[in-house]
Amino acid sequence: MLSLALETRVGAVELALELEVRDGACLALAGPSGAGKTSVLRAIAGLLRPARGRVACGGETWLDTAAGIERSPEQRGCGFVFQDYALFGHLSAWRNVAYGLPRAVPRARRRGEALALLERFGIAARAEERPGRLSGGERQRVALARALAMRPRALLLDEPLVALDATSATAAARELTGVLRDLRVPALLVTHDFAQAALLGDEVAVLDGGRIVQRGSAAELAATPASAFVADFTGAVVLRGHARCDTEGLTRVALEGGGEVLALAPAAGEVAVSVHPWEIALAPPGAAASGSARNRLDVEVMSVTEIGNRVRVGLAAPQPLAAELTGASAARLGLAPGVRAVASWKAAATRVMPR
Amino acid sequence: MRRPGWFAALLTAALALALAFLTLPVLAIFVHSSPGALLHSLGDPAARDALRLSLETTTIAVAVILLVGTPAAYLLATRAFPGRALVVTLLELPLVLPPAVAGIGLLAALGPDGLLGGALDDAGVQLVLQTAGVVVALIFVAAPFHLRAAQAAFTAVDPSWGEASRTLGAGEARTFARVAVPAALPGLSAGLALAWGRALGEFGATLMFAGSFRGITQTAPLAIYADFASDFDAALALSAVLVAVAAALLLSTKLVGRDALARA
Repeated sequence: MLSLALETRVGAVELALELEVRDGACLALAGPSGAGKTSVLRAIAGLLRPARGRVACGGETWLDTAAGIERSPEQRGCGFVFQDYALFGHLSAWRNVAYGLPRAVPRARRRGEALALLERFGIAARAEERPGRLSGGERQRVALARALAMRPRALLLDEPLVALDATSATAAARELTGVLRDLRVPALLVTHDFAQAALLGDEVAVLDGGRIVQRGSAAELAATPASAFVADFTGAVVLRGHARCDTEGLTRVALEGGGEVLALAPAAGEVAVSVHPWEIALAPPGAAASGSARNRLDVEVMSVTEIGNRVRVGLAAPQPLAAELTGASAARLGLAPGVRAVASWKAAATRVMPR
Repeated sequence: MRRPGWFAALLTAALALALAFLTLPVLAIFVHSSPGALLHSLGDPAARDALRLSLETTTIAVAVILLVGTPAAYLLATRAFPGRALVVTLLELPLVLPPAVAGIGLLAALGPDGLLGGALDDAGVQLVLQTAGVVVALIFVAAPFHLRAAQAAFTAVDPSWGEASRTLGAGEARTFARVAVPAALPGLSAGLALAWGRALGEFGATLMFAGSFRGITQTAPLAIYADFASDFDAALALSAVLVAVAAALLLSTKLVGRDALARA
């Protein structure tokens, strides 16, 4: 169990948060750049001294500012994967990995252990190369192997995929998922990308302005975001408006700039409504309303972006929104910038949050 | 083909002039002394004494500079503290001090009537007119070269390497020895060569603080000065040796730097 409570000022951000991570669990700390995510990791590892705080892991107190306890980074033994990996440029890959092996490991066995770890990540053939000659994906794996070699008491990952191109990132994410599944110590991962947080974390905590604004499974966060910020961060479309209850018992939200959206959850006053892009269907203008979708907005296509096997369509209405559909559907509808369409989704897919 | 412009010609002329002016005296030393005469002059016991003394004193001085200067430079490069800029400036002051002023300063500080003269005398330490005094003078004038280069070299090491080392279980001392020093090695060796070169050539402060006694304080530069009026050939021969040693130092630094680059 890793537990943490800290209050400190880092640059312009006032960090104030508490969190706990169980052994074997991975918490993804997600938030925009500048939210103070990296500082949280540094405080746990002992690289940053918070003004006030407490850090404990595996029954040991690493930091307690009130009691005057502060262990140095080398006494804490956190496996830290830095955002730029921080591999030692003057040492070969295997020597980087062997660097953190416990002192108890005899000299002769160091190389063997390091090679075994590199083998596990499929880069044993690159063991003699220096980091400068490794690709981004290889460096990431060496950094991960180095952090695991020391048998860490907690694993801290700072944006582990951000320095990789899309193809390497996908492979690295799959590998990382395996590592995290086998890990018996708490893991804390920092990312600015909700999709990565959802993929790698058992739970996601969203950090905004130095505070955790919501914590839960990724699905919970996407389905019931606690605020417009969380909804926006999870990738949902967020529209702002004024809610009132109608005679049917539905909530009618008059959108700022025009248009109306129906939702099931009762709400009143200034609200944000959110809907996932993949819940929005597009049809040609003037097509007869069909099916169960009660929400309809006239929109104009602004952008069409392919993301893997799907297409994200940016739409202009009084407020911007986005829909995601298959490439085949997009082609059939002839979607291109400037084309007009009708966006529709079910009232049940519409979430309402106070602003 | 386009004719080179007048400005390009000007640049080339400036470089040619600089090259000619800076290499001519060095070349002249070798042109003036035939290899035979050179070897003969080196057979002179006075010249051999001077070279031996220079080698001994500079080696000791550079060792002291390395042992004390390297950790000091590491501290300056890795920690921020109030007055740091002032400390850096004070450490660099000997770089711009005229050698004669350095000699006077050393006498005023460590001479028999100097600030610490009494304390040194009580401790039984004699510096003035002694070989130990030569070493002190060499350290004073040469240390800032190494301090400067080492500080720059440590500053250039990615700070996250040190942090990674700490999280991997290495304490501050091990991080210094296993990460900072190896990573800064090209810069450190450059600083070392500069300091060694400066120490080899040191003249004024040594003369004023330690004197010029054959076998005790007369280093090679002092011997050259002592010889040049009476025995110009002997002075030339010693000079040729110093040029060779200095060139070897410069070359070895470049090689260390290039090797480190090639490995990166």
